[in-house]
Amino acid sequence: MRANRPLLEVDRLRVEFPTRRGTLVAVDEISFHIDPGEVLGVVGESGAGKSLTGSAIIGLLEPPGRIAGGRILFDGSRIDDLPYEQMRRIRGKQIGAVFQDPLTSLNPLYSVGRQLIETITTHLDLSEGQARKRAIELLAEVGIPAPERRIDQYPHQFSGGMRQRVVIALALCANPRLIIADEPTTALDVSIQAQIIALLKKLCREHGTAVMLVTHDMGVIAETADRVAVMYAGRIAEIGPARQVIKQPLHPYTVGLMGSIPMVGTDADRLVQIEGAMPRLTEIPPGCAFNPRCPKVFERCRHDRPDLIRVGPASTACWLYDGQAGHD
Amino acid sequence: MLAFIVRRLIQSIIVMLAVAFIAFSLFQFTGDPINNMVGPEASAETRQLLRERLGLDKPFPIQFLHFVGNVVQGEFGVSYRLGMKVEDILVQRLPATLELVAVAALLALAVGVPLGVYTGLHRYGAVSRLMLTLSLVGISLPTFLIGILLILVFAVWLGWLPSFGRGKVVSIGWWTTNFTSWDGFRSIILPAITLSLFQMTLIMRLVRAEMLEVLRTDYIKFARARGLTNRAVNFGHALKNTLVPVITITGLQIGALIAFAIITETVFQWPGMGLLFLQAIQFVDIPVMSSYLVLVAFLFVIINLVVDLLYYAVDPRLRIDRAAVGAH
Ligand SMILES: Nc1ncnc2c1ncn2[C@@H]1O[C@H](COP(=O)(O)OP(=O)(O)O)[C@@H](O)[C@H]1O
Ligand code: SF4
Ligand SMILES: [Mg+2]
Repeated sequence: MRANRPLLEVDRLRVEFPTRRGTLVAVDEISFHIDPGEVLGVVGESGAGKSLTGSAIIGLLEPPGRIAGGRILFDGSRIDDLPYEQMRRIRGKQIGAVFQDPLTSLNPLYSVGRQLIETITTHLDLSEGQARKRAIELLAEVGIPAPERRIDQYPHQFSGGMRQRVVIALALCANPRLIIADEPTTALDVSIQAQIIALLKKLCREHGTAVMLVTHDMGVIAETADRVAVMYAGRIAEIGPARQVIKQPLHPYTVGLMGSIPMVGTDADRLVQIEGAMPRLTEIPPGCAFNPRCPKVFERCRHDRPDLIRVGPASTACWLYDGQAGHD
Repeated sequence: MLAFIVRRLIQSIIVMLAVAFIAFSLFQFTGDPINNMVGPEASAETRQLLRERLGLDKPFPIQFLHFVGNVVQGEFGVSYRLGMKVEDILVQRLPATLELVAVAALLALAVGVPLGVYTGLHRYGAVSRLMLTLSLVGISLPTFLIGILLILVFAVWLGWLPSFGRGKVVSIGWWTTNFTSWDGFRSIILPAITLSLFQMTLIMRLVRAEMLEVLRTDYIKFARARGLTNRAVNFGHALKNTLVPVITITGLQIGALIAFAIITETVFQWPGMGLLFLQAIQFVDIPVMSSYLVLVAFLFVIINLVVDLLYYAVDPRLRIDRAAVGAH
């Protein structure tokens, strides 16, 4: 066993949607890894393929979407080709998930306690009573006041921020080693967003949980992420240490994103100051997908597609850096 | 909760009064009821005496109050056709219809719900497609045709089941039942299937549509992401969320079953209220017709009350008590 084996390794992952007019490639051979306890931020415009990557990792792509190539390794073993039942045991237990909208993530017909207890007893060998005790502790841990009383209440009796705390408790309740948090604060009131991110960060640090944090919020990335991956049109444009990518972005797209670093709590989507919009999956140009919008575009960009090139501690998919590849 | 029930009861009373008014008006539309009771040769004094004895000389509102008073005491007048007290006739006929409707409703639920769940879960399966096609037949064939086809196959060709009547019934107090004798049980099968087929297909299609809807929701995706078993997700979380619309429609459909029973009872010569009503129309037997209206309206009101109470049982959002909300 290698001492510092990555917790999650995504290797040339490809996600496709077969349609009548041909196959749409929504995630195109992306590779990255997450180390134990590490926070990887993932940014990019809507439709870049961030959520699909997350869904592919937890094995919940909705048909007709499917993994068409590549491998996903968790703790050294493949999880992308596991039978449903085996993958189910990993979900929640090893890899937890937090989705965008806390208002719709909880089943309205069951008390939060019931939803916590069923998740705990599914994964841990605890009795109903022990699970309830653990559920109350978890609610206290995520900062819900009077958890003994609140546990028997229903989702509609909680505010948006409180519900997202419950969702975080649900994601953490079997102590997973990785959490995929897909825009966990986008749907929340701006005043609450920072609290929820701080909570997530604190809990994951305490439990040693790694996080794949999808967000639009560069402020959150700067504050929370160890490394950051910038996605564009189904591919990784740039990936590297958060500090590095924010201070000295390589890829012209990242430069554009950073040039418009939003205030904490605002939506990068609306602030991208780069001309034009990300192409639809059916209209991705040949060569570099960013070339119609790129201020630095040159001839080669229109024919050849760049792969990730290592530049110092970061990597970027841009021909500007061809030949500058650093050595490991 | 109590306030809700009281409000509902008041609404019910208003509905019942409105129906009673319509039922009462039937008498006015069909000319002088005295003519129906005495021959054309009766003298003016005889008519006047009878009119006074029946209270028909009183003003309209008084007559209506009198009518309501009688109905509340269970007195519905005397049938023109049979010369018996209407309440006695209804007591004879009510059990036949209620048993038929109850069996048909149970059958529709017992078959419709599982088929709806199955076709919702296995959306693209061959069995699902077949069931959907068959259900179209069930929805589009008229009831009397289904009844006649069933009689043809199971009574005439195969000779397995009786084609008309209630068979041997056993009295329990004033109630008569089909279920305590083999012959009675066999007799109810064909009419119950005939009556339930439409509702069965309707419930199946409704449950299927609701399942498809619910399976797309975030909380189902989150339930899967928590690693819950398929059974817990599909039956614990998804099915329960389809129940509110299913209860609504089933409630409405029980009303429809009582109405449709008129046709089924005619096809199978089932001695219930529907058959009685049809015969009453042929003979312009106003007391029976108006009593049938009042009784059916009463059953509708009861069904609606039960449906509302079931909502309360299923959906906690309707049970918000102010104390809990205030505690935010
Ligand atoms: N069911 C689907 N059929 C076809 N295309 C889809 C489907 N679901 C998602 N996509 C496409 O996949 C791309 C990536 O989506 P997503 O991962 O949700 O983006 P992000 O989370 O980065 O905003 C989008 O362009 C979207 O149009
Ligand atoms: S490869 Fe060319 S078009 Fe693409 S980002 Fe780099 S310079 Fe711009
Ligand atoms: Mg997304």
